[in-house]
Amino acid sequence: MSNPAGSSPFIPSSSSVTKVMMTVVLALLPGIVLYIWLFGWGILTNLILTTTFALLFEWLMLLIRDRPVKEFLFDGSAIVTALLLGLTLPTLVPWWIPVLGAFFAIVVAKHLYGGLGYNTFNPAMAAYAVLLISFPLEMSLWSAPLVSQPETLGLLESVQYSFTGSLPTGLEFDALTSATMLDHVRTEVGLGKAVDTIEQADVFGYVGAAGFEWVNAAFLLGGLWLVYKKIISWHIPVMLMASLALISGACFLIDGSQFINPLIHLFSGATMLGAFFIATDPVTAPTTSLGRIIYAAGIGLLIYIIRIWGGYPDGVAFAVLLIGLTVPLLDYYTAPKVYGARAKYEKS
Amino acid sequence: MTDTTSGNIIKQGLWTNNQALVALLGLCPLLAVSSTAINGLGLGVATMVTLVLTNMIVSSIRHWIKTEIRIPMFVIIIACVVTAIELLMSAHFHDLYLILGIFVPLIVTNCAIIGRAEAFASKNRFLHSTLDGLMMGLGFTVILVILGAVREVLGYGTVFRHADLMLGEWAGQLSVTVLSDYQGLLFAILPPGAFMGLAVLIALKNKIDRIQMARQVSVESVGVTFESKN
Repeated sequence: MSNPAGSSPFIPSSSSVTKVMMTVVLALLPGIVLYIWLFGWGILTNLILTTTFALLFEWLMLLIRDRPVKEFLFDGSAIVTALLLGLTLPTLVPWWIPVLGAFFAIVVAKHLYGGLGYNTFNPAMAAYAVLLISFPLEMSLWSAPLVSQPETLGLLESVQYSFTGSLPTGLEFDALTSATMLDHVRTEVGLGKAVDTIEQADVFGYVGAAGFEWVNAAFLLGGLWLVYKKIISWHIPVMLMASLALISGACFLIDGSQFINPLIHLFSGATMLGAFFIATDPVTAPTTSLGRIIYAAGIGLLIYIIRIWGGYPDGVAFAVLLIGLTVPLLDYYTAPKVYGARAKYEKS
Repeated sequence: MTDTTSGNIIKQGLWTNNQALVALLGLCPLLAVSSTAINGLGLGVATMVTLVLTNMIVSSIRHWIKTEIRIPMFVIIIACVVTAIELLMSAHFHDLYLILGIFVPLIVTNCAIIGRAEAFASKNRFLHSTLDGLMMGLGFTVILVILGAVREVLGYGTVFRHADLMLGEWAGQLSVTVLSDYQGLLFAILPPGAFMGLAVLIALKNKIDRIQMARQVSVESVGVTFESKN
């Protein structure tokens, strides 16, 4: 006797890994387009390199681990990891940085831990952390936004820079890069200047960091669409932004000459990318609502601490990785009571 | 450990019960000083000498040690030996001693040493215990040097840099530049690189074991079919 319908539940499944991942890619697109528009073609070179090599390493690992290549290679998870990694890299980096990042993300952080669904740490962020601590120089040369810096590299010129490290004649590296807004504020405040005297610098935009505020806004839009499509739940992004706004707001109110206002923190660096796309990774985030709320609040707090008192360009990656360590604990202690379960010490 | 033939002691120390790869003892110095091959060699040899000496002493006085107070006795013996080795290193390999720093006196706390005293030397004959100390120490040293070499190649692009610190002036030319014009992967030198490197080495050992086991099984089954045909 055969049962063509299979077993329960008999509800048409609307979400496969592929569909979820492709929706995420779509949601990333507006941010990527704006990023290229505002910061030049370098980011596209990085994205193509990370995606190509992430797929290559994924294919190799699937072969080595004897897994079905056809189902897993294009399920989109490697592409999303690659895109997230590519978006966190500075726009002008030598070609081996994205390649090494893709290797570490896919081979070490994903497959050595057991593949999709088993990885303890967010692969893109683990790879970014490795790159940042290994190559601090290359990883902190950020392109200046084109609004403040008209000179830029064309597509071919950025590819050429990526592979040969040579810039077109007459163009200096210093003309293309600048301190990011977060770096600028940390340096200047460290020198004892008040925030309101440095806010005139052209690294500041209308509400956040010049250029990056628009990229952040695009990621915010894409993220909201993901929440609307029920791909991600609201808990993590909302709590992350709330906790970051709360702590930065408190510091801003206590001493406005030392700390920049919360709005700037929300619209600079990788805040929105982190809140909607990185911290919400279904594998490495907690599964319970309460767990997610605690997790996201912790990330927001850590982002602020690392940004203000740390020495790195931004705090999102380390915050996500560090709080990611607590996820098994959060899942354990926030698991909802099973229906009919007795209180712990009640005797039967 | 019932089989105390010399061959088995050698095999246990170098492979089946390797203190670094199987027992996972003494990981603190293993991870901390294995940033270059020579650092690894220096600490490995110091640990090996300690192991041989403590195993010799413990084994030779094993009949006089009361079971109840054996642990404090072991600790005193190990502490004396390590103090002597520390002073010797400070006198003869002072630069290396400075690089290894706190990890030389910390050999005292290396669990592998008290582990061997408790598990082997206190129960076995003098010569066997000496051999056990030597082989366990050698297995530990080999892993330290391999891990150090891997991390050094990835981190600095060289092997055996600063060899002169340990082996004298002539060894300065031992340093081999494997990757020239290499800016270095800082990750390999930092602590996470040590953990990942050790993990890869353990995985390799398990893989080799598994391949060997599969080969043995197939050989045995072939033997069985051969016999049954006869």
